[in-house]
Amino acid sequence: MTTEQDGAPALAPAAPRTASPEASPNPGLGSPRVVVLAGGLSHERDVSLRSGRRVAEELRGVGVEVAVHDLDADLLPLLDQVRPDLVWPLLHGSTGEDGSVRDLLELAGVRYVGTDPRGSRLAWDKPIAKTMVARAGIATPEFVALPHSLFREIGATRVMDALVRRLGLPLVVKPARGGSALGVSLVTRPEDLPRAMVGCFSYGDVALVERAVLGTEVAVSIVDAGDGPRVLPAVEIVTEGSYDYDARYNAGRTEYFAPARLDPAAAAAVARTALTVHEVLGLRHVSRTDLIVDDAGTPHFLEVNVAPGMTETSLLPQAIIAEGAELGTLYRAIVENALRN
Amino acid sequence: MTTSSTGAEPLLAAPTETAGTRLDPWLGAYAERAHGMRASEIRALFAVASRPEVVSLAGGMPFLDGLPMDVIADVAKRVITQHGAMALQYGSGQGDPTLREQILDVMRLEGITAHPDDVVVTTGSQQALDLVTRIFINPGDVVIAEAPSYVGALGVFRAYQADVVHVPLDEHGLVPESFEAALIRLAAEGRRVKFLYTVPNYHNPAGVTLSAERRPRILEIAKRFGVLVIEDNPYGLLGFDSEPLPALRSMDDEGVIYLGSFSKTFAPGYRVGWAVAPHAVREKLVLASESAILCPSNASQVAISIYLSTCDWLGQIKAYREMYRERRDAMIGALAEHLPDASWTVPDGGFYTWVRLPEGLDSKAMLPRAVTARVAYVPGTAFYANGEGQDHLRLSFCYPTPERIREGVRRLAGVVAAESELVSIFGTTAGEVDSTIGSPSPDLA
Repeated sequence: MTTEQDGAPALAPAAPRTASPEASPNPGLGSPRVVVLAGGLSHERDVSLRSGRRVAEELRGVGVEVAVHDLDADLLPLLDQVRPDLVWPLLHGSTGEDGSVRDLLELAGVRYVGTDPRGSRLAWDKPIAKTMVARAGIATPEFVALPHSLFREIGATRVMDALVRRLGLPLVVKPARGGSALGVSLVTRPEDLPRAMVGCFSYGDVALVERAVLGTEVAVSIVDAGDGPRVLPAVEIVTEGSYDYDARYNAGRTEYFAPARLDPAAAAAVARTALTVHEVLGLRHVSRTDLIVDDAGTPHFLEVNVAPGMTETSLLPQAIIAEGAELGTLYRAIVENALRN
Repeated sequence: MTTSSTGAEPLLAAPTETAGTRLDPWLGAYAERAHGMRASEIRALFAVASRPEVVSLAGGMPFLDGLPMDVIADVAKRVITQHGAMALQYGSGQGDPTLREQILDVMRLEGITAHPDDVVVTTGSQQALDLVTRIFINPGDVVIAEAPSYVGALGVFRAYQADVVHVPLDEHGLVPESFEAALIRLAAEGRRVKFLYTVPNYHNPAGVTLSAERRPRILEIAKRFGVLVIEDNPYGLLGFDSEPLPALRSMDDEGVIYLGSFSKTFAPGYRVGWAVAPHAVREKLVLASESAILCPSNASQVAISIYLSTCDWLGQIKAYREMYRERRDAMIGALAEHLPDASWTVPDGGFYTWVRLPEGLDSKAMLPRAVTARVAYVPGTAFYANGEGQDHLRLSFCYPTPERIREGVRRLAGVVAAESELVSIFGTTAGEVDSTIGSPSPDLA
């Protein structure tokens, strides 16, 4: 029994188990056999399903055998039976990005694309990621991270007054752990802060509140196709209104410039910053760092993703195309590198 | 910066040195009516609702496990073995004559007498509504809808750029005085009201039924103001304890267009619905239908026709009533037990209860939290064209088992409690009024 959740042919079951349960039956010879994990139970399930389908299509187009599977009770039996060479987790949201699914894959003895559990945990928690990159000398907006229980215990009005006094306006409020801009608000007036906090706490228990830095919004993707982490052209994001869920996943409100319209010094600083983030947090194979470049050309770190979106409107695929590469070819190179490293 | 869709600019906007890409080369080409067609994050959240871990009280899907599949398999086989040449071919734009006769038998149960020529078979009653709107509505024309109204209908009205004006419902359905007051006001403003759209039985989403006493009054008011009545009645035969009330169409055959469906009384998969309209309207509907689909599916129509003539379709409806009644009871009981601070309608049939949340809560803002808690519902905002409805939500009891319904309401109560706490801490709800609410997908409508 194999599953194909996207209508495509499923992977054939592997040969009987060898003595070493971790030995891949076919490392690097012939076509790799990959299971893409997509879906999950997070708020970003829909995006994840689309990412998974797109990557699977591209990989099939270059001769990789791919099956797409959800994170559910059938997964471990499937991995046991099919023994894929590699798993590519494209789950967005907590389980997919906080290290837990990667811990699971390690328990199952399966190789996978992307950052290990430790690096994922550091990257997924924005306050932790910001603290670590700041220690490495990267600028990041001044911030606090507050659980909603604190507002109850101390008094919401007092806490919010202190926020505005200390961090000023405008502020950005976002879940400390989350993606796809869900629960994110830009607050320009103090009377809008309570509403922003409630909206943020709909998605998580801890709110990250940081000073809004004005500048050019860029997304910098890094891939490792076998020669170590390589920085792709930065993608500049110009949105009517905020770069919210609608702006990200419905074409129209956002204009993208790939490569970003940065002067050479700023472009170099941006690339350097993304690479430092990737290394400091111990990321692997694929990452996407989101930055704001201020008027002085200084990049400010907002967040980094270990399972970036791969949909039709996503930033990493745009960066690959801007470099002149083919999606399928590069994805395959990532897969083959992941099989070896 | 947006690309203009008028003037001499090219349709296809390629990225240039000064412009980036918006990832949709046809951005400047869309018709005005398509501008509101955007999938929202709310719609995306419903992707989670299909997972078995989530108790979905959102779906409007009928529960079909009780259908006699072996019998229906025979029907399906007979479609081809006995009628294959016809079933596989194009058919009449107005629909199969035999089926149109049989539809009269179905409608007779609600007091309607009509001629088979008055019936236009469509691909679901959703399509019938689309065709009616297409032939009547110019951009800016007013459609009067109940408050709340069926999300699928609001989507159609938006697609044709109608102006929707909502008129209140209470536990006896549409309020005649409010209907009349709205018509007076709109006339004074010089606005053209084309029709009233009403779901008189076991309303989706409100669960209420238009009382017998109010039916002739609504018709009288509509007639006085020269306003058509569109009677959308998918649930009329799904009352739990009583026989159906006479349809509006049974009281007025010139002023009412009746929309019917097999989706809830049999099954939605064949996509067979119908409209009954006065002859001149019917002629235009047939032409409109032909230009949309050429003809409704012969294969589907033949299947429904054989089902009606050889199976105990009335017995099946009675079985459905029993099953849905048990689920309604589970839902209402669970609400009383777990959500005493909310209030809700108690439907006498159909699929839905309309729940009013405790003061200060926003059902749309609360949905992400509900998804985290593994329960789904449809926020009340989906059922208004003007962004209202944040204080309500719709719960469906048609699909989950009674145990799952109780579990779902229990989880929902936890969500409401957490949200209430948050609102009391901050003194406000989240979010702003958003009048561009996307529609949920078909299985949620």
